[in-house]
Amino acid sequence: MLQFILRRVLLLIPILFGVSVITFMLVRSLPGDPATVAIGVDQRITPEQRELVRKSYGLDQSKPVQYVKWMQHVVTGDLGKSLRTKRPLTTELKLRLPVTVELTLLAGLLGIIPALSVGVLAAIKRNSAADYAATVVTLLGISAPSFLVAILLILLFSYHLKWLPPVGYEKFTVDPVKNLKGMIMPAISLALPFAAVMMRNTRSAVLEVINQEYVRVARAKGLSGSRVLTRHILPNSALPIITIGGIQLAGLLGGTVIIEQIFGLPGLGRYIYDAIRNRDYPVVQGVTLVLATIFVTVSMLVDILYAVVDPRLRRA
Amino acid sequence: MAEVSIERESAELGGSSALGSRLHTVRMPSRPSMWASVRRQPLALTGLVIIIIFSLIAIFGRYLAPYGPTEQFSKHILEAPSRQFLMGTDEFGRDILTRMLYGSRVSFQVGFISVGLAGSVGIVLGLIAGYLGGWVDNVLVLLMDVIWAFPAVLLAIVFITTRGNNLTNAMIAIAIVYMPTFMRVVRGATLAIRQTTYVEAAVATGVSTPRILARHVFPNVTAPLIVHASLNFAAAVLAEASLSFLGLGNKPPNPSWGSMVASSYGFLQQAPWAAIFPGTAIALVVLGFNLLGDGLRDALDPRLRNAAGAEK
Repeated sequence: MLQFILRRVLLLIPILFGVSVITFMLVRSLPGDPATVAIGVDQRITPEQRELVRKSYGLDQSKPVQYVKWMQHVVTGDLGKSLRTKRPLTTELKLRLPVTVELTLLAGLLGIIPALSVGVLAAIKRNSAADYAATVVTLLGISAPSFLVAILLILLFSYHLKWLPPVGYEKFTVDPVKNLKGMIMPAISLALPFAAVMMRNTRSAVLEVINQEYVRVARAKGLSGSRVLTRHILPNSALPIITIGGIQLAGLLGGTVIIEQIFGLPGLGRYIYDAIRNRDYPVVQGVTLVLATIFVTVSMLVDILYAVVDPRLRRA
Repeated sequence: MAEVSIERESAELGGSSALGSRLHTVRMPSRPSMWASVRRQPLALTGLVIIIIFSLIAIFGRYLAPYGPTEQFSKHILEAPSRQFLMGTDEFGRDILTRMLYGSRVSFQVGFISVGLAGSVGIVLGLIAGYLGGWVDNVLVLLMDVIWAFPAVLLAIVFITTRGNNLTNAMIAIAIVYMPTFMRVVRGATLAIRQTTYVEAAVATGVSTPRILARHVFPNVTAPLIVHASLNFAAAVLAEASLSFLGLGNKPPNPSWGSMVASSYGFLQQAPWAAIFPGTAIALVVLGFNLLGDGLRDALDPRLRNAAGAEK
């Protein structure tokens, strides 16, 4: 077991190395001179002054040297500074990561509860009206783009019913009610596709198990329906649900780029989107690395959890 | 790609005429054709109908359009649907129906090209990784894991920003993002097929590796691949819509459904139809491909077929 975990953790190193190299290469090929961004487009300066600025950011050195320098800083926990605001990335992360994490977790919570309950129900009562209803809802959830869901929610709850503000954010610690009022629509927009995927997978995972011999045996020896469900069906169908759930939850992070933009939330998604538009390359590079690291770490934890739940996999 | 498909066709022809007539009575029943599978699934059939309707719109729609796609009617700005403008007008007084008809082509174009690109690269890499195994497999899988580690939207945004904001780069970006999933599907299927006796027999008779991959392995991974391609088409259409919603890929004033939703967003309260019509169109096309993919998966999965039969 320990060996499995160790191997899985070590696998992170080449993946993160690859991620950092690709990020670095992509970001450094952003068109435009970073020095211009740092100085401000409207400022007129002499070529000598520009060289000085380039030097202060280490831009005069070769690309591999720049990469190694960047990595040296990252390893010590220094992600660099924004070219525009000159503020350290770690400060910004402390402010913005909680917003994105709250949004993601809220979406996960809102999505997983109906997904699991309806998914299991649809599988047990296969081909019933409930099953077909669940299928239709699932397909709509998978097919509707998150921005369309967001727009429909805004139309209904902000403009028609006037219950919720269309944009706006308040810290949870300052005003929890206002915070949730601002978060609920973005979370639902993000949660719907997630819930749909999870509902579909829960249904097929339970279906996979429900026809197994041991379930029939459990029924034959007279166990009650609920006991068969909790003791035999659910534990055995949990594996694929956990795997896909973990990956999907981490995948929600990417969706925040669009949703935070629509609802004006000051999270990481909006931060990096603005940074890309402004060619603020240290921010793009740092935040991409952070998001990818979160994603890779979550999928590693899922793999380990998988092995904990299923002893057969430990040896593989 | 072309060579492979020709070889597959000839393999199928050979199978049905020479081999099939002699062995059919002894061996397994032949796999039902795609069409037969679709026909038995009401949801897949619905999906296919939706896809056909929208394909026809994408091909012929522009000839039915009542106005020009960028034609502006300055006296009819943000007008509600009426007899003159069936889906209303946008903030420049342009006919939304016309722009919808023209925009449909972008969605299909991106779907076909991205899936084609992601598919052809992913299939080749998947076959190689699954069949050769060893360090080649390790390196390719690691590469895919690295690509997969990036949030999809983010990777696409960064790629488009660095390579230039146009539709071609959007299609390449979407292809890069979804390529690992193709490789994973093909690799998994190839791993199983590598163990079969017919591949062993082919190796023993001295058939070259590329030929084994093309004639013995590839034809047997097409079923999961078609399902995956259909679901991926849906994902690609959705991705293009999201990107053009963010102002990436499609160049306004060219109409694309995603950018139509984006530009109408500022006038949501006055003219909700300007967002709802194109948004619904995106959802419908995506739904069509999802339905078809799901239905095919159920039809092609022998386990599910047996399970359904056992219940009766």
